[in-house]
Amino acid sequence: MKKQRAVTFNHNPLLKRELPAWRARLVMLGLMGCSLALAGRALYLQGVNNDFLQAKGESRYARTLEVPATRGRITDRQGDILAVSTPVRSVWAIPSDAQLEPAQARELARLLEMDVKELNARLATGRDFAYLKRQVPPEVAQQVADLRLPGIHQQQEYRRYYPGGEVMAHILGFTDVEDKGQEGIELAFDKRLAGRPGARRVIKDRRGQIVEDVEAIRPPRDGEDVALSIDGKIQYLAWSALRDAMHQHKAQAGAVVVLDARSGEILALANAPTFNPNNRTNLSGAQLRNRVFTDAFEPGSVMKPFIAALAMDRGKVKFDTQIDTGNGRMTIGTATISDTKRHGMMTVAQIVQKSSNIGTVKMAQQFSPDEMWHLFDQLGFGTPLNLGFPGETSGRLRPVKSWRPIEQATMSYGHGISTSLIQMARAYMVFARDGELVPLSLTRVEGAPSSGRRIFSAHTAQQMRSILAMAAGPGGTAPRAQVPGYTVAGKTGTAHKLEGGHYARKYVSSFVGFAPATNPRIVVAVMIDEPSAGQYFGGTVAAPVFARITEGTLRSLGVAPDVPLTPLQLARRSADEAAGSAVGRENM
Amino acid sequence: MIRADAVLVALVVASALGVVAAQHQARRLYAEYEREQARAQALEVEWGQLQLEQSTWATHGRVEKLARERLGMRLPPAGQVLVVEPQS
Repeated sequence: MKKQRAVTFNHNPLLKRELPAWRARLVMLGLMGCSLALAGRALYLQGVNNDFLQAKGESRYARTLEVPATRGRITDRQGDILAVSTPVRSVWAIPSDAQLEPAQARELARLLEMDVKELNARLATGRDFAYLKRQVPPEVAQQVADLRLPGIHQQQEYRRYYPGGEVMAHILGFTDVEDKGQEGIELAFDKRLAGRPGARRVIKDRRGQIVEDVEAIRPPRDGEDVALSIDGKIQYLAWSALRDAMHQHKAQAGAVVVLDARSGEILALANAPTFNPNNRTNLSGAQLRNRVFTDAFEPGSVMKPFIAALAMDRGKVKFDTQIDTGNGRMTIGTATISDTKRHGMMTVAQIVQKSSNIGTVKMAQQFSPDEMWHLFDQLGFGTPLNLGFPGETSGRLRPVKSWRPIEQATMSYGHGISTSLIQMARAYMVFARDGELVPLSLTRVEGAPSSGRRIFSAHTAQQMRSILAMAAGPGGTAPRAQVPGYTVAGKTGTAHKLEGGHYARKYVSSFVGFAPATNPRIVVAVMIDEPSAGQYFGGTVAAPVFARITEGTLRSLGVAPDVPLTPLQLARRSADEAAGSAVGRENM
Repeated sequence: MIRADAVLVALVVASALGVVAAQHQARRLYAEYEREQARAQALEVEWGQLQLEQSTWATHGRVEKLARERLGMRLPPAGQVLVVEPQS
């Protein structure tokens, strides 16, 4: 022990030996080299290769999420929902990951209401991605998610619902499985209705919870809601009146449009046959067709009032000018025009009231083709309305240079020219609005109606209104257009259909009119295509539809009756009592 | 000198703990905010569904059918309608 204590560490003889200096330097150099290498590596990682590493790191915790945006709602003018999107889910699979036990497959097929064989067939495809079922209700999707099957995934999407069903089908149109507009308003207003999904970056923790919002790459923008000019109540009325008439007259098709004469808004627009937008399997082209906009037809006698109004407006005739319609037959060139019976001498008012072809032609012959073409053009015939509706027809108005005298004659009573129902309804606004034509609108018009284009003088329009009121009254062609409590005015049309260049024994019955005749509030146009239950005159087929729609619409709009309701005696006495009690209530 | 250092170290530690606490609170609040937003969206969806349900119940066709069949209502004939106009 003592010996050991004598030689302590710092007296170690080894320390007395000098080491060669190069050894220390070598170690020093080695260490320097190592730290340099480290510094270099650090510099490389921190500086040069920084972006790549940052991105790699971020991808472990940061996620870019899509923020869904909903498609706008469509409402009617009262704000009632006509179309709304609600979230649904679609179930998809990565077939190579989805190794399902037979029992699992059966359970999944049961939930998705699919055949097991079909399910397995979809899973057996060699592709990386396969939809199993789209548009699954959220409750079912949750049950599927609870099964926790491998390789089965879900994705959120939207489905559009139309509570109005077939009543509104043609106006609204529909969207496809991607929630994009395909028809009707859905297509016409797709830009406004469609939402734009947003995106944002977030930081997620281990449990998948979002802990921090890094940045909003793009804020989502929900689609705008669109309030239509359509009135749900009037629409239902128009649709049910049309449906009943179709049934009663065994017609091929039919269409109705109701316009607000003050604002130019489209209050109702119905077509038959129709379809259910919520279930669109087995749809035929005939069902999808929005005849009000897309079908041009030869209007027939509905055209006559415009010629008479032009003649009165230019001072060629007065409403009581006598015109000789002869024996009911008239020859122009090689063709013969005839009336249903001989009328002899008639006033202009009577010509419209009794719907005389010859009388109308005689008025039309006082104008050059140019003047008549100009009238038709101003009324909007031959030009699409450009409301944005898909497939809008312009109708057919031939260029004036190709008109022969017989064609000018037939056009005056609505043959050889074709228009859509909505064009015709709009043209009747000139009578309803003191000679002005205003643009139509599918959306609600706020404030004062836009100014129109004057076509006839107010005086002519007023005279024409009383003539058309006679046409829709006793002694006219459409006494069945009468509505209790209101004066109505309008004109019938019964046109042969053109088939392969010849007029067939098939008819288009129409009625276009407005009410109340003294101070028009609405314009209603009705068209029934190929009524085949015996009757085909506009006055017996289309006019009753007009009457039913007009009565309900005026009542629904709260328009005061302009003629006393019958029977007079009963109403008069109770009216006084009721007025008394109403006053009493006001005083309270 | 040493005392000043000790004070500084204590301050740094306190501040670091403060950062941790603040971060934790921020995350907790953010998670809550997320939850509320999800709830708001779910409510929005539910509102849409309720509106849909309401308009389905209130379809004019259904109302008319119920009025006619269950309540025995009908449109009054013209003679029975009375219009009362406000006196101006």
